[in-house]
Amino acid sequence: MRLNYPSNVKIIKVPCTGKVDVIHLLQAFERGADGVYIAGCLEGDCHFLRGNLRARKRVEYTKRLLDEIGIGGERLQMYNMSAAQGPRFAEVAREMTERIMTLGPNPIRAKKGEAEMETG
Amino acid sequence: MIVAERKPLEQISSMIESNNKILIVGCGECVTVCSAGRKKEVEILASALNMVRSKEGKPVEIRQETLERQCDGEYLEQLRGFIGEYEVVISMACGAGVQFMAEKYKNSLVLPALNTKFIGVTEEQGVWSERCHACGDCKLHLTGGVCPIARCSKSLLNGPCGGSANGKCEISPDLVCGWQLIIERLSDLGQLEKYEEIIPINNWSTNRDGGPRKVVREDLRL
Repeated sequence: MRLNYPSNVKIIKVPCTGKVDVIHLLQAFERGADGVYIAGCLEGDCHFLRGNLRARKRVEYTKRLLDEIGIGGERLQMYNMSAAQGPRFAEVAREMTERIMTLGPNPIRAKKGEAEMETG
Repeated sequence: MIVAERKPLEQISSMIESNNKILIVGCGECVTVCSAGRKKEVEILASALNMVRSKEGKPVEIRQETLERQCDGEYLEQLRGFIGEYEVVISMACGAGVQFMAEKYKNSLVLPALNTKFIGVTEEQGVWSERCHACGDCKLHLTGGVCPIARCSKSLLNGPCGGSANGKCEISPDLVCGWQLIIERLSDLGQLEKYEEIIPINNWSTNRDGGPRKVVREDLRL
């Protein structure tokens, strides 16, 4: 298919989105990610039955936590797509990149950048 | 188990506003079962506080530990070697754990990260509900194994009251009347005659009315 998608998206492979826990999502932001999205299988199509449904709930919980932290839950999103939906994958990558571009950089990274500028 | 819930992040971060070196301690007992203060929640709180402080441009150093339990001195002893290096300790145990740690480490400032809610059960994964008020004088043998103190909103010993309608309590349409449960249970057990016995006025001196309580087993003391 040779589809293009924004080069700023870094892919981390997991056996199932059910493996993704709250702490993994938080650590991505802690380490400076501007946005994170999870691409799970279509709902009802999980090989492990409920992996993607569990992931959705964890994403919802983490969104609230990110709001509490002040980073903003809108920087995190759950998407569902099948392995055969290449064009959808590229579309989601563009959609999420646009959203994060509008939101600007992760406030933690912005603050760290300022501190580094000050110390020279 | 004792069921607890994490305090709002804002409240926890305001407690440690002026501190830069923090120890967060989880507990491996009740609060692990109710997913409030286990190792995973310690990691999440540490990560969240790290981000809150980095965002404010005031980075913080956090060490994470999770003890077997915090209500026994022998486990708290495991912190002895390094607790003094931290300006403040955030305990993710129930109120008993927080207090016991503060008692054992008189020079450390120990702060609570959880609100301790009640003694309860896991109804289903992710749902916990109250079953016992620790009144100190168990009446479950009289009431078919359903506690009138904990399950009736008024803790009535001879219920139900006039607020019970269609088996629900007047305080919420979602709450089953405790006395409805007692009557149904006694009926299922074929012991409805017990319902006719009047339970005398409660002796609240075994409860908190008697001040902080203590249990001593002389045969076990060293």
